[in-house]
Amino acid sequence: MAIVTTTKGDMDDSLLEKKEGIIDNDNETTQWVEYWLEGELVHRSVDMTLKRNVAGEAVAQSLG
Amino acid sequence: MANTQAMCTSFKGELLKGHHNFGVGVIRAATTADTFKAALFLASATINATTTAYSTTGEVSSSGTNYTAGGNTIVFTAPSTSGTTAFTTPNAAISYTNVTLTSAFDCVLIYNSSQSNKAISVHTFGSQTVTAGTFTLTMPIDDASTGLIRLA
Repeated sequence: MAIVTTTKGDMDDSLLEKKEGIIDNDNETTQWVEYWLEGELVHRSVDMTLKRNVAGEAVAQSLG
Repeated sequence: MANTQAMCTSFKGELLKGHHNFGVGVIRAATTADTFKAALFLASATINATTTAYSTTGEVSSSGTNYTAGGNTIVFTAPSTSGTTAFTTPNAAISYTNVTLTSAFDCVLIYNSSQSNKAISVHTFGSQTVTAGTFTLTMPIDDASTGLIRLA
């Protein structure tokens, strides 16, 4: 058993329906977890790792 | 021996440390790193390469709870170079805890809060919502291939 923070306050996870998922593509790996209470979403957390980062190109222009 | 045209790798690293100034710069009170922040923006916002500074327009704070406008403070690793690339990455995951962000967001803006909130980089991702939960952005490995900010 674990305590989950929800829109209804802290709740025992045994009282909730848990849904999990993962998205893995070229841009990110994302794991999410949801807890539902009688058809209502009461908690959703997301853990994301970005893969495609930004890079600047420094260029020394040719002369002549 | 032969000469090879190049942008010096040391220069790239020094750019990340504020060693060079080709124009009108800023007066720095110390040699320590600036303070940087990471702010989340709604999918409906327009944050991109033309963004020059952080503003609250389109930030998730307009519709969320427990999210502080301006986002979280982040600390970067000391800039390094490897091969011909200079790079730096926040030294820890960025976590927005116990927030409710029911309007879809898909962007984090990294900006310099020490220098008039000037924009640094924009990172987009698949739209997300958070309900009484935590949104964590785990940082990539801080190297020349995957570092969050790189000058190649």
